[in-house]
Amino acid sequence: MLDGKAIAVEATGEKMLVELYRRYVGDYPKFYKMDTLSRLGFMAAELILGESTDQTSHITHHRSIDAVILANRSASIKNDKDYLRSISEGNYYPSPALFVYTLPNIVTGEIAIRHHIQGQTAFYILNSPTELTKIVQAEIRAMQPDTRLLTGWCECSEANTFYAKSQIIWNN
Amino acid sequence: MVYCIGHSIISPLGQGSQANYEAVRAGRTGLKMHSNRFADVEPFCASLFEKPEQFVPLCIRCVEDALGSQLADLSSQKDTVFILSTTKGDDLDLLTPAQQIAKHFGNPNSPVVVSNACTSGVCAQITAMRLLDADLYKHAIIIGCDLQTRFIVSGFQSFKALSPEPCKPFSPDRQGLNLGEAAACMVLSYQPSAGSDQMTWVLEAGSIHNDANHLSAPSRTGEGAFRCLTDVTEGLQPSDITLIGVHGTGTLYNDDMEQMAIHRAGLQDVPISALKPHFGHTMGAAGVLETILCLKIVESHGVPTSLHSGVSQKSKVESGESERRLIKMLSGFGGVNAAVRWKVKGER
Repeated sequence: MLDGKAIAVEATGEKMLVELYRRYVGDYPKFYKMDTLSRLGFMAAELILGESTDQTSHITHHRSIDAVILANRSASIKNDKDYLRSISEGNYYPSPALFVYTLPNIVTGEIAIRHHIQGQTAFYILNSPTELTKIVQAEIRAMQPDTRLLTGWCECSEANTFYAKSQIIWNN
Repeated sequence: MVYCIGHSIISPLGQGSQANYEAVRAGRTGLKMHSNRFADVEPFCASLFEKPEQFVPLCIRCVEDALGSQLADLSSQKDTVFILSTTKGDDLDLLTPAQQIAKHFGNPNSPVVVSNACTSGVCAQITAMRLLDADLYKHAIIIGCDLQTRFIVSGFQSFKALSPEPCKPFSPDRQGLNLGEAAACMVLSYQPSAGSDQMTWVLEAGSIHNDANHLSAPSRTGEGAFRCLTDVTEGLQPSDITLIGVHGTGTLYNDDMEQMAIHRAGLQDVPISALKPHFGHTMGAAGVLETILCLKIVESHGVPTSLHSGVSQKSKVESGESERRLIKMLSGFGGVNAAVRWKVKGER
């Protein structure tokens, strides 16, 4: 769903994120290095910050943001488990490329790099989106006037189990 | 404005903030080589508890010590929130241990976990300040804690970030960082503590900025850290700052970046303190632990850091002022940087 309208996708699970990337972005190969949580947060940000002329064209960013605050319940558990498998006994190959994604705030870093956001980035682990609303209420009070904050829930507990809901709050 | 009304540190160097401060003053370190701690992992130099600790009981002991008997009632109140700062939590679970700690103290609120990589401990102080300033809570109990695991050590080894010897922040021959484990707790309140004979610690400002440059390497120009320093020194002169508690991991790039940011902010003449030669990099605990120790250093006009040369330009924090300010800064993976400014008031 984007701005209340459904987006049609054919693929399911993790492949859905790749389908959306190919259709709406296509020219940011770093996407393929990302873990699922980062791909999810990245695509949610792309869709909310951009506009495509129709369902098949790449996005032009027409909204800008100054800060990112995301939250979920299970941190980076999906990638943590992938990393654990890579260092299991008898198969010990710790990889820096995999290890770096074992922090949930990496997705906020990916969004910051993509959209050149040098304001605040933060990630919280919370019981439910209700707690995030409370925190964002406190955070937005402390921000400079005219700050555009991208905030939302970004959860990936397993490879094919994920959910993101984003909004932009403008404290003008 | 927010006040610190209680605090504690439990580390391999001791139990309680005072014991840890005295250990620092005496030049003690928890860093040593560990060769058989984790399967497959190459020998590494770290500050680890002699007897392995369990995450939740360790945090609970630390909170109990920070509250003492005077503040014990505060933990169960509905206007108190628990904030946990950690990177890997209890066996990769971050929310459950926070809920268990809050439940242990009979607190009715859902806890907040700050997971902003190595800046979490400073970010947690900023979150607490904002929640209190917004009048959503009256008190916040911040706990910073991380315990070392095969997971973390192997990851930092894969990055080739670990120093084979005790780390030497800001030293030209530094070789990397050491990992460490600890728990630290700060009790923040909208009003100062009742005891009039105590020094008052006031959290005055906080700032978080992303470099928007790289996920695992700091910005060459220290962009995010510079912006944080500019924010938290707004309206002040460099001479108003008594001490900067740097991140000072001992890696080539981090310390260069911090030096660049400090120079760009015009703060190059302020004494700096790097505490990781004593505790290692305690990750989620670092921001809380190092802030408490910097406050104690400034409070007692102590020596910024003593383990090796090259860290502080001045040998002693200057005395004489009844109001002194310090900055604690941190940077971490994901390109995030954070800084807070504390004021120490009163004489002892």
